[in-house]
Amino acid sequence: MTAHAIAIQDLTIAYQRKPVLWDVTLEIPAGSLACIIGPNGAGKSTLIKGVMGLLPMASGVVTIFGHPLQDVRQRVGYVPQRGSVDWDFPTTVLDVVLMGRYGHLPLFARPRRHDRDLARAALEQVGMETFADRQISQLSGGQQQRVFLARALVQDADLYLMDEPFAGVDAATEQAIVVLLQTLQQRGKTMIVVHHDLQTVSEYFDWAVLLNLRLVASGPVDTAFTEEHLRVTYGGRLNLLTAIGEEIS
Amino acid sequence: MTAALLIIGTGGLVAASCGLLGSFLILRRMSMLGDAISHAVLPGIALAFLLTQSRHPIPMLFGASTLGLVTAFCTEFLHRTGRLASDAAIGVTFTWLFAVGVIVISLFAGQIDLDQECVLYGEIAYVPWDTWIVGGRSLGPRALWIMGGVFCCDLAFVFLCYKELKVTTFDPDLARTLGISTRTFHYLLMGAVSMTTVAAFELVGAILVVAMLIAPGATAYLLTDRLGWLLLWSVAIGILSAAGGYGLAMMIDASIAGAMATVAGGFFVLALLGAPHHGIISRHLARRRSFGNGPPVT
Repeated sequence: MTAHAIAIQDLTIAYQRKPVLWDVTLEIPAGSLACIIGPNGAGKSTLIKGVMGLLPMASGVVTIFGHPLQDVRQRVGYVPQRGSVDWDFPTTVLDVVLMGRYGHLPLFARPRRHDRDLARAALEQVGMETFADRQISQLSGGQQQRVFLARALVQDADLYLMDEPFAGVDAATEQAIVVLLQTLQQRGKTMIVVHHDLQTVSEYFDWAVLLNLRLVASGPVDTAFTEEHLRVTYGGRLNLLTAIGEEIS
Repeated sequence: MTAALLIIGTGGLVAASCGLLGSFLILRRMSMLGDAISHAVLPGIALAFLLTQSRHPIPMLFGASTLGLVTAFCTEFLHRTGRLASDAAIGVTFTWLFAVGVIVISLFAGQIDLDQECVLYGEIAYVPWDTWIVGGRSLGPRALWIMGGVFCCDLAFVFLCYKELKVTTFDPDLARTLGISTRTFHYLLMGAVSMTTVAAFELVGAILVVAMLIAPGATAYLLTDRLGWLLLWSVAIGILSAAGGYGLAMMIDASIAGAMATVAGGFFVLALLGAPHHGIISRHLARRRSFGNGPPVT
């Protein structure tokens, strides 16, 4: 057993031959509540999509709990950005949550009562139990995010990668999500969250990854989330590099 | 009377099969890929005719399904590597394949029993007289058997792979992280669309089959908010369109397939205006009601 939930070595990811993430090497210990921060276009979403195998890696090795992703798929849960799906899709809140169980079901098998019970329990955990039979287009942004989190809960994973769960949600939902993340952490889960709001980093998280096309820092919040690292991530010379990169392409 | 029932039955099976698969094409925003496949199977049919010198349905289905998959594959390949937007990739692929099919048919028109009229518009009126004869006994119209078999295949596919089709349609990224191959189900769906299209081809033609693929699903989409109901509605609307279309064709003495597609379009317009939640009228009324009572409560 290894103490790392995730270990990334020399990860480079390119869109149409143009690298958007360079040589990232980092390790995040199991049981962390980690955030990934960086300016727009820094490659935060790209990093977790690369880890989840949704984008081809140009180079690098990712291990999760010491294994390649294929061997531990069921232990990893992914929460995509809310805007990545069509919320007019003809389905109910409960059905969306049930999709989180599909990874545990064999081909052709339908969700059973046990899966439904788990889905209802997860909806309760995010305060959405009364919405189970609603059509998903009737939800507000915050409610959509809670449904996605409930779907992640029923996956019963050990490591969660979440793409901007706090984006565009109301204050009540933000609090509910924070409480949920902390509860999961107490149960020994590891969370890696793409985050935007620098003011809440120290309050919500205990591990920070600062990213801007390259890795700037990765470590416990008090050592990684420093003014100097922030300046490197958000201003100064790296901006120049981005500008040059855009000029070349 | 029996002839009428046989035509309606066959047309209903065409519309129901197409509606079932077309619903997924609509939800995946791939309606035009259905259009593309229905045209691009033409060279497959023509080549199958040429190679086997017969109208036996098995090589036809096989040839056409292969071409359908080739279309889906080429489209994705051009989109991924050729800097082409997916609509342009679809346009380039299917028009070219259709054109090749037209050339093959016109070159060998003397040798194969297939005319371009029939390819474009189909002829469902002959269904009752083209019977399947085994050992001297007639088993009924061949088209009915073929469409029945195709409908059963489509139904089994959608029923068995319901959960996989649902999640790969709604949230492909999640599906992939769960270990469900979106590509596998994409090509399975495209294979089913190709097979259905080619079976329906003789009956309603290359152009009207698109109406059957899209109109019932689009109508059902306006009527319900549940995927299961959407599929049932699209099958029901397909069958109703076939029956209504036959009646219309008899009344005004017009092309049966054309009338069926027209009725399917009519159902869509009705749903667009009068659907309970998503129709124009009910949305308009809801807006007026909420204006009357102050700002809407959300």
